[in-house]
Amino acid sequence: MTPRKNRLSRTLVPAAAGVALACAGGASAQSMSDVQKAAEARGLTTSDLLAAAKTYTPSGMKDEYLIFSSGGHSGQVFVIGVPSMRLLRSIAVFTPEPWQGWGYGVGNEVLAAGAVNGKENLWGDTHHPALSETAGDYDGEWLFINDKINARVAVIDLRDFETKQIIKNPLTISDHGGTFVTPDSEYVIEGGQYAVPWGADYAPISEYKEKYRGSVTMWKFDRKKGRIDESKSFAIELPPYWQDLSDAGKLASDGFMFMNSINTEMATGGIEDKKPPFEAGVSKNATDYLHIIDWKKAEKVYQAGKVEKIKGFPVITLATAIEEGLLHLTPEPRSPHGVDVAPKGDFIVVSGKLDPHVTVYSMDKIKKSIAAKKFSGSDDFGVPILDFDSVVEAQVEVGLGPLHTQFGPDGYAYTSLFLDSAVARWTLGGVYGAGTPEPDWTLVHKTPVHYNVGHIGVAEGDTVSPDGKYLVAFNKWSVDRFFQTGPLLPQNFQLIDISGKGTEMPVIYDMPIGVGEPHYAQIVKADKLKPWAVYPEIGWNPSKQELDPMAPKPKMERVVRSGSQVEVLMTAIRSHFTPEHVTVKQGDHVTWRITNVERAVDATHGFAVPAYNINLSLEPGETATIEFVADTPGTFPFYCSEFCSALHLEMVGYFMVEPAE
Amino acid sequence: MAPSIAERLIGPRVALDERAGRTFRFGAPGFFLLIARVLILVSLFLPYWHMELVAPQYPDNLHLTAHINHLSGDVAEIDGLNHYIGMRSLEEAAQFERSYGVYALILLVVMLEFAGWVHSRWAVLMVIPAMLFPAIFLLDLHLWMSHFGTHLDPDAPLSSSIDPFVPPILGTGTVGQFKTVASPGIGLILSAAASVTMLIALFFHRRAYLPLVRAAKG
Repeated sequence: MTPRKNRLSRTLVPAAAGVALACAGGASAQSMSDVQKAAEARGLTTSDLLAAAKTYTPSGMKDEYLIFSSGGHSGQVFVIGVPSMRLLRSIAVFTPEPWQGWGYGVGNEVLAAGAVNGKENLWGDTHHPALSETAGDYDGEWLFINDKINARVAVIDLRDFETKQIIKNPLTISDHGGTFVTPDSEYVIEGGQYAVPWGADYAPISEYKEKYRGSVTMWKFDRKKGRIDESKSFAIELPPYWQDLSDAGKLASDGFMFMNSINTEMATGGIEDKKPPFEAGVSKNATDYLHIIDWKKAEKVYQAGKVEKIKGFPVITLATAIEEGLLHLTPEPRSPHGVDVAPKGDFIVVSGKLDPHVTVYSMDKIKKSIAAKKFSGSDDFGVPILDFDSVVEAQVEVGLGPLHTQFGPDGYAYTSLFLDSAVARWTLGGVYGAGTPEPDWTLVHKTPVHYNVGHIGVAEGDTVSPDGKYLVAFNKWSVDRFFQTGPLLPQNFQLIDISGKGTEMPVIYDMPIGVGEPHYAQIVKADKLKPWAVYPEIGWNPSKQELDPMAPKPKMERVVRSGSQVEVLMTAIRSHFTPEHVTVKQGDHVTWRITNVERAVDATHGFAVPAYNINLSLEPGETATIEFVADTPGTFPFYCSEFCSALHLEMVGYFMVEPAE
Repeated sequence: MAPSIAERLIGPRVALDERAGRTFRFGAPGFFLLIARVLILVSLFLPYWHMELVAPQYPDNLHLTAHINHLSGDVAEIDGLNHYIGMRSLEEAAQFERSYGVYALILLVVMLEFAGWVHSRWAVLMVIPAMLFPAIFLLDLHLWMSHFGTHLDPDAPLSSSIDPFVPPILGTGTVGQFKTVASPGIGLILSAAASVTMLIALFFHRRAYLPLVRAAKG
């Protein structure tokens, strides 16, 4: 293949140049002194050059890892290569996106399913992507992501990197605690956040404690269908504590899940009435509650029918959850952000934003305390509280504003420090202790990042077998790192090399993200994915992932009229549409089916119709169906909106709508 | 008594006792013809000809392979590109040859079988068609390529920007931004090897039976 040849010639050229230099006594050929000169001209240091050597990816060389990053308010997912830090793709999810045709004729029905209270909602605030797992390890098949603003969950098929489903949570309206998957992706977990009355119905805030509720929803994922099966999903009622980030247990903690909460004070704000504002009220107590939920037991309770239908959705009530022993609380440092389960499932690491420690809980101790009913009391709702000292394994002082923790393969854990603007490396104890030269449970090093780091991602760093090697700090602020793009600045993804030990973990690349504010991202080994190069057959319907029996094929092209119903059967191939003239009458109901009959990789065609808000992206083999009423009379040249060939501009046709009499 | 026409056709028979001591002399023609038949039969299942089209936007190149009875490779993609210059669809080429090629080759194999039994000069006539087959294949291919390359649709999108052309059936050529690299397939090579084997068979055939024919004429 050409790229390999290129690489080969690159290695051969300097070698040949060396020979030439020796023979001719120096001419114009590349050597390390040229590298030095270029570096000096740009003021690059040796460590800069080393970083470049670790990250520079020549044309044709592929990345070893992929970041699947939330896109924040862009409502999208970004796919980024590591170590090159090149943006490979955006995936349209909750927000229309014209390049992918998303919302302009492609995926309209998926977006429509994301309506909130029957009202179209065309943006999202994606936060926490979750790659599907098999036995606690990424399998590269599916990606789930939440929309915090409206409590929705999307399913993305990684064969074609396209969103297949958006599901609206009927019980709540915000879901910072999603998405996380159980070790075999049996369930996609969506924890709610800001408490509201069921279904976000109205109730005065004075009735907060009585009417407002927290919840966690267990969406059953049907891997065969590639869809969340609502009919096998359920939720668990929780106190209105603003449950936050969550993680599913694995191995030693398989069957459990863990959720932080930030407002166990049940503060209701009211700064305008001289009441403590939320920021103060919510942070008043020294501790909040880590929620420990036995989801496997909860599944049995649901299957036994011990649920109440709320908003038409099965909910295990708080009373049932307590009675069945599904839910336990234990104190955690106040206003926590991340709760992260160690690779073997034995430790659960919680970071309280306002506490300089990470607090490490032992699953073994939690299980023993639950069995022995070693409670220090119960909360206002009767939920038993496990005694803190009986379940904690260690507390490690890592720095200011700890948020999220990821794990390496060797016994190191990494925690983002928002206030310190740094990433801390610290050692785990227990069975992990032998992997690191430093003593257990100690801070090893802090690498400054720029600036205000939120989440971090280590390659496969939240699975049962982390790869280490690379860590990416997903920084919220970039301040002075890039060209000043007006007052709105990009976020900064910083790549850190964590392949060394001890204090060696340098930043080796900065990548600006100028589209929305990403939150969490997962990093997966690229060879785990098996994406399609083209759709499997001509006439493929991506929304169903099957051959569409109605798809137009070559020689089937025609325009069929029956009364005021007009059906257009069209094909697209370089560089023409067939047919090229489509004439209808004003008011006709038009069903336009179009297939890209190409089989060549990357031979995508667009199909754009002016005045009708239509733009399809038709990848090779893809068929799409759009329906609309031809309400605007006129002459509309439709064209291919993806530069497909030398005669791309000529890939055009006329859609003519005769005015009604 | 003068030999009948049939006898003259199949040539002199070899007496068993004469044959017994000279296994190689009388066995060699049949043996080499058997090898030739096997080679031809095996070639039926193998590609006869490849063309590779090299252009910057196809890093893996485009491939076209001709078998005795079908085309394989990037036929649709090549057809798609060819429509720009007004070339007819590849599937329209050599339809007759592809439909009957297998039967024709089987017929040639049967003729080779008979050639082993014929000890007269007529054996040469039964071998020659099979021997010439690889050349006929290439000639036919060349004729189709010339026909397709020189009968382009004048109304095609790029008909004014390309002159009629005939890409070489072996070796490299250029069409638009494509470099064409044509090479024989393993089937064609086996078929050519069969031709050489036939030549060897005929040599031994002549050595074994010409003296007998001459003796019979007396």
